[in-house]
Amino acid sequence: MDFLQSLVIDFGQAAFSPLTAAFIIAAIGLNVHFGFTGLLNFGQAAFMLVGAYGFAISQKFGAPLWAAVIIAMIAAAIFALILGLPALRLRGDYLAIVTIAAAEIVRIVGANSVLQPITGGVLGVARSSYAKEFESLSPFGDGIARIGPYAKPWTAGGDSIWLRVVGFGLVILFALLVWLVTRGPWGRVLKAIREDEDAARSLGKNVYARKLQALVVGGVVGGFGGIIYALSASVQPDSLGRTTTYLIWTCLLLGGAATVFGPILGSVIYFVGRIAIQDLARQFIPPEIMNSQQVPQFTWILVGVGLMLIVIFRPQGILGNRKEMAFE
Amino acid sequence: MSDHSSGLAHGYPYLFDRQALRAQLAVVDRIPGVAKPDPILKVSNMEREFGGLKAVDVRHLEVQRGAITALIGPNGAGKTTFFNLITGFDRPSASHSGPTGWEFNGRSLKHTGAATVARSGMVRTFQLTKVLSRMTVVDNMMLGAQDQPGEGFLLSFLRPVWGPRDKAIRERALELLQRFKLYEKKDDYAGSLSGGQRKLLEMARALMSNPSLVMLDEPMAGVNPALTQSLLDHVQELRDDGTTVLFVEHDMHMVRFISDWVVVMAEGRIVAEAPPAEVMKDQAVIDAYLGAHHDTDLGDDALLAEGESLDALVAQGAGQITRRGRGARQDG
Ligand SMILES: Nc1ncnc2c1ncn2[C@@H]1O[C@H](COP(=O)(O)OP(=O)(O)OP(=O)(O)O)[C@@H](O)[C@H]1O
Ligand SMILES: [Mg+2]
Repeated sequence: MDFLQSLVIDFGQAAFSPLTAAFIIAAIGLNVHFGFTGLLNFGQAAFMLVGAYGFAISQKFGAPLWAAVIIAMIAAAIFALILGLPALRLRGDYLAIVTIAAAEIVRIVGANSVLQPITGGVLGVARSSYAKEFESLSPFGDGIARIGPYAKPWTAGGDSIWLRVVGFGLVILFALLVWLVTRGPWGRVLKAIREDEDAARSLGKNVYARKLQALVVGGVVGGFGGIIYALSASVQPDSLGRTTTYLIWTCLLLGGAATVFGPILGSVIYFVGRIAIQDLARQFIPPEIMNSQQVPQFTWILVGVGLMLIVIFRPQGILGNRKEMAFE
Repeated sequence: MSDHSSGLAHGYPYLFDRQALRAQLAVVDRIPGVAKPDPILKVSNMEREFGGLKAVDVRHLEVQRGAITALIGPNGAGKTTFFNLITGFDRPSASHSGPTGWEFNGRSLKHTGAATVARSGMVRTFQLTKVLSRMTVVDNMMLGAQDQPGEGFLLSFLRPVWGPRDKAIRERALELLQRFKLYEKKDDYAGSLSGGQRKLLEMARALMSNPSLVMLDEPMAGVNPALTQSLLDHVQELRDDGTTVLFVEHDMHMVRFISDWVVVMAEGRIVAEAPPAEVMKDQAVIDAYLGAHHDTDLGDDALLAEGESLDALVAQGAGQITRRGRGARQDG
């Protein structure tokens, strides 16, 4: 009974952690790219990293919070333009290659010791150098909030109630915005591009401009994911690399691409599921067979298998429409 | 509904009277590349090579405004490639015989992208249909419309801005779907349509924007004969409303039945131009177009006679379907 109780407590922690909010936001951005427009962006973590750097570095050098957020948005938009202007003229697979490469470049350049005074190199930008103003805006005051079994700081640190409110507030905001724009004519053109670019062209749609727009919009949303990520931990280039991109894809495909709630549901299930596997493995697999260091690795393997199973048996994701998949 | 001013803008009245139009064309010389009284489209020295093979090699071609012009020719003659070049989906190779150029409604399209060509009023369909599979039939249709401000990112947030226009577009879409016998399918995914239904959807979608020139690449391939008749009527109504039609078709009965002018292409070149009743008598056409297939039925003169019945056409058409079906598979 004790185990079940702690499992449920862990579930709540995983579902509503600021990190989950950061992933949901990044997945919402990727959904604009892939789900609605069919763009293969395999560098969404780099959009997060660019946004996180933009925010953290400008705060570190004294820019006010609102300016830092705008700089983060501009940085993500410029990154999208640099990738998209050349690559979106070509067929879809080229964007995939360009985003993979560019994501690696951003990560490696950020970690370079020459940039140490700005990016902090491999160690990154410490949370303390950019989180103060954000925390000072909290309406909650100091102290510890006790909600049921949980005890969380109201304001301080990366696990606070304040960060949760802002993180999930942004989740709701972006989900709403995506719903607003994709139900209308703009979204219809994006879907047409996803289905057949030449058909869209033959109907007078400016395919290149719309793809560029979609890349920028999804990238800027990804940048916000990066800001929340930065506020929950620190800005470390190596923590926003290929693995993160792959996890964002997992969350999106799990929940269902081209749906409004897919990224939210997918991310929550992913984080809750990972905790469940970890807790169960720790509880029921004897340490002689698998010790506690091996458990996270085992979890990763199962996550990989899970992604394969989704793609094979439910390619449309949990919320996706089965019928749509018949015409791939 | 129609763009009546387009004819007048160039100093010619649009010939809504079909007989007058045909009378005008009747006196045009029967030579390939001949000038037309009122061309909506003019093409000069357009060539396209695919690694040594000259798929298109057109010296000059003019398409008469207000006419239904058929572009015919054997498989591989370069008709589809020619369509692609005119509509901006392909770029011509350097020409050796003079400056390449083509203009539509007096405006050069030489450096114009496919989307801009479509917006300027020349809309095409594809021989191998391009429906948007994971979108509904009615959404497919609505994408054919122009002037929807909500297609811009910022305005798409403001439903009051695009809502009324979207409603009008939807009404027009449903009206066209009725006519093309796809109304019952309006909420189905386009990917679930049959081959013939896709042809219909694509043609209907191309008409959403009231184009001044519509270019149809084998619009009737795979469409059942009874429906073909009603679509032929519709194409003629389009013409009567002010739309110029240029279409590729292998079915000679259809060509003879609705076209005002026929252009014959073979091995990339225009080899003959004439009204439909005359074109099949042209020796160059018989040589180039028929080649070895002297026994091929090139359409029945009886069909042109007054009082032809739907029954006759259906009977003819039923024979055509199997032949066309085979052809279509070879094209794919
Ligand atoms: N992308 C391409 N690459 C190489 N060759 C091509 C290409 N497209 C067309 N061709 C060649 O150009 C010639 C003309 O092809 P096109 O499709 O224009 O013929 P068509 O007149 O439309 O024939 P059909 O009546 O069978 O549709 C053919 O010989 C074809 O093999
Ligand atoms: Mg063809």
